[in-house]
Amino acid sequence: MTGWMPTAIEIQALRLSLWVSMWAVACSLPLGIAIAWLLARCEFPGKTLLDGFVHLPLVLPPVVIGYLLLVLLGRRGMIGEWLHGNFGITLAFNWKGAALAAGTMAFPLLVRALRLSLEGVDPRLEVAARTLGAGPLRVFFTITLPLMTPGIIAGLLLAFARSLGEFGATITFVSNIAGETQTLPLALYTLTQVPDGESGALRLCLISIGIAMAAVVASEMVSRWYARRLKGVLREAR
Amino acid sequence: MIRVDVSKTLGGFFIEAAFDAPEKGITALFGPSGAGKTSIINMVAGLLQPKQGSIRINGRCLFDSRKGIDLPPERRRVGYVFQDGRLFPHLTVRSNLTFGMRRVTRTSRYVGFEQVIGLLGIGHLLDRRPATLSGGEKQRVAIGRALLCSPTLLLMDEPLAALDEPRKAEVMPFITRLAREVAIPILYVTHAWQEIQTLADTLIVLSAGRVAASGALDQLGGNSDWSIPAAGSVATPFPLPS
Repeated sequence: MTGWMPTAIEIQALRLSLWVSMWAVACSLPLGIAIAWLLARCEFPGKTLLDGFVHLPLVLPPVVIGYLLLVLLGRRGMIGEWLHGNFGITLAFNWKGAALAAGTMAFPLLVRALRLSLEGVDPRLEVAARTLGAGPLRVFFTITLPLMTPGIIAGLLLAFARSLGEFGATITFVSNIAGETQTLPLALYTLTQVPDGESGALRLCLISIGIAMAAVVASEMVSRWYARRLKGVLREAR
Repeated sequence: MIRVDVSKTLGGFFIEAAFDAPEKGITALFGPSGAGKTSIINMVAGLLQPKQGSIRINGRCLFDSRKGIDLPPERRRVGYVFQDGRLFPHLTVRSNLTFGMRRVTRTSRYVGFEQVIGLLGIGHLLDRRPATLSGGEKQRVAIGRALLCSPTLLLMDEPLAALDEPRKAEVMPFITRLAREVAIPILYVTHAWQEIQTLADTLIVLSAGRVAASGALDQLGGNSDWSIPAAGSVATPFPLPS
């Protein structure tokens, strides 16, 4: 036992994990809202197919997703080569790729939460806003999106927690490079593979539990706060 | 002058209604449930597209199937007070009231914020949220919200139907004051005869999607042939006046 203080490598893994997960959920939010909108509000041929496709990461082995990302977005992959050639963007074996892998794996959870909250928004309120002079885009940003807020926050926190735990797709797509792609679960895995790694693994275990709990509790608190706000309990003057 | 001439088939039910309403006072659209009242004002608001016809307010064209004109609801400048109020739950009463007002240029506003909250007696509610308001207060705020857009026409779809008797009695004087103090034409949908006697200047009687009678209330009001059955029962067809 070397004590309870985390080592530099563990802190690095923790910071990288938070960074990667933050980018993963931030970038998938707009796409998530668009997909949730399609699924909740639109009728079109192939809707069931899209729904199934979005849910794939939930049911496929993460390694499959990681391998598909590698084939498509690796340096020699179809999209990866094009991205690198035209924009100089490389996703393989760096933190951006880790964020993509984490975002992909968390995407179904995000879309589910967003879709549920969108289905809870009363379209009659949007109609009322139209008669008050607001165009469709303005209605979306002033009525629909604010009313979706609890679902957005819940979805973000859930996806964030899922991203933090991402292992299989990440290690397949971007490997396990300390300081670049070695997130918390990957560092934990590495520690279990070396002698005398138990105490470090245990610390990372506790950190993971702590972050996950914090995310779930925060999500719960935010949704309660928002529900109270809608009921008007928080008003100050009367 | 408000000219409405619309036709549309709605699931086996045919609406073919043409009427004029004066540019002042309350015009009641009266008829039993299913007569097409709400569908017609939804067409005026731009929420439902007529198959054919035209809708004009004081010469301004909102819809014309032949010319291919169909303004979206946000550009019609038609206020709408819904039966269920539809206040935005995430906004305070003040933000609900100013939601539409902020999008109207100062030069085209004909009522001010202070005037409207004074008229409707809602000044003490401004910092509250819709969930804490009574039914009558909600409807007064909804009326204020629509009015503050300075619309060229105000539509009211049974604004009192969801309220109990005391609340109805509370809101009705405000609508009367509104019609008297703000020179805005109001199309008022109802199937309650009592509201028409109190509020309406002009009456348009609808039956099965068609205009069965129309004219000033003093001329039509005494005609008990259709007014008595209509006040109570819902499905009685109106005898057409010869």
